[in-house]
Amino acid sequence: MVGQGVHPSPAPYNRGMSEAVNEQPARRPRRKRVTVVGVLGEVLMTGGVIVLLFLGWQLWFNNLVSSNEQRSVADDLSEEWAQAPTETETALPMEPVDPGIPAITAAPVANQAFANLIVPRLGADFKRPIAEGVGTAVLDSTKLGMGHYSNTQLPGELGNFALASHRSAYGGAFHNIHQLVVGDAIYVETVDGWYKYIYRSMEYVRSSGVGVILPVPQDPTAVPTESIITLTTCNPFYSSAERIIAYGVFDSWYPRAGGPPAEIAAIATVVA
Amino acid sequence: MYLALWRLLPGPAWARVLQLVLLAALALVALVLWVFPVVDHLTAPQDVIVEE
Repeated sequence: MVGQGVHPSPAPYNRGMSEAVNEQPARRPRRKRVTVVGVLGEVLMTGGVIVLLFLGWQLWFNNLVSSNEQRSVADDLSEEWAQAPTETETALPMEPVDPGIPAITAAPVANQAFANLIVPRLGADFKRPIAEGVGTAVLDSTKLGMGHYSNTQLPGELGNFALASHRSAYGGAFHNIHQLVVGDAIYVETVDGWYKYIYRSMEYVRSSGVGVILPVPQDPTAVPTESIITLTTCNPFYSSAERIIAYGVFDSWYPRAGGPPAEIAAIATVVA
Repeated sequence: MYLALWRLLPGPAWARVLQLVLLAALALVALVLWVFPVVDHLTAPQDVIVEE
């Protein structure tokens, strides 16, 4: 073949190499040459595999680890709150509690969990801690993941109790938020007891749509006459092009002394 | 690159394969424990909040 004749250059190179490792027999098949392109190809393929591994880690592994950790943080809070009143109960005479007047949640500390969110529609065991603030320290945390907009109201107050959490990755608490059905219960547990909200409507806005977390959503001048809960997360999945917003209206209040609402009794009481 | 690594490792072929598997496992552990969390915080997170 003509081709073999015009490529004499590899021969001296290979001869040189086999001289360097002269203990090897001359008949041994020639080793592949290490080329820049070959190494570059291997580096790029390795990079590609690492990127795929990272995506798997972020969207599956870390998501799973985060959602389990967030759940156990919420359980720890429930346990702590369940033990707190029993100590005071023995010390103080029990006062009759009027379940008609919900307790106003005490001002929370930034980046610390102060409540739990329980939404049966988002999963039979869906329970996540709510921390104060919506910075990355809360939202991207494996232990917290859900934050309260600190410029919005608290459970028990008139106005808007607005929360944010991820749709996918970082525990993806609001992954199935689009599956909420009008009338679904949304529970917020605090040291004082359980606040029951009823899911009412959904809205899609741009990321600049801050009107959704106003005391009366989308009405800056209105004076609130009811307590609502607002859940915000990104839409569509794996994108931040829009925000999906779920609204719930305050329905009833269950003081801790009276025990959790029947619907969530199984998840609200932590079996030690 | 990988050819050089293969030549560098001592022992028969099965021992080299075993060493490569161990090295790959170590690399994965290092990525998960240290590299991925750092990269995660450096890359723009999905925004879930509404803000002006």
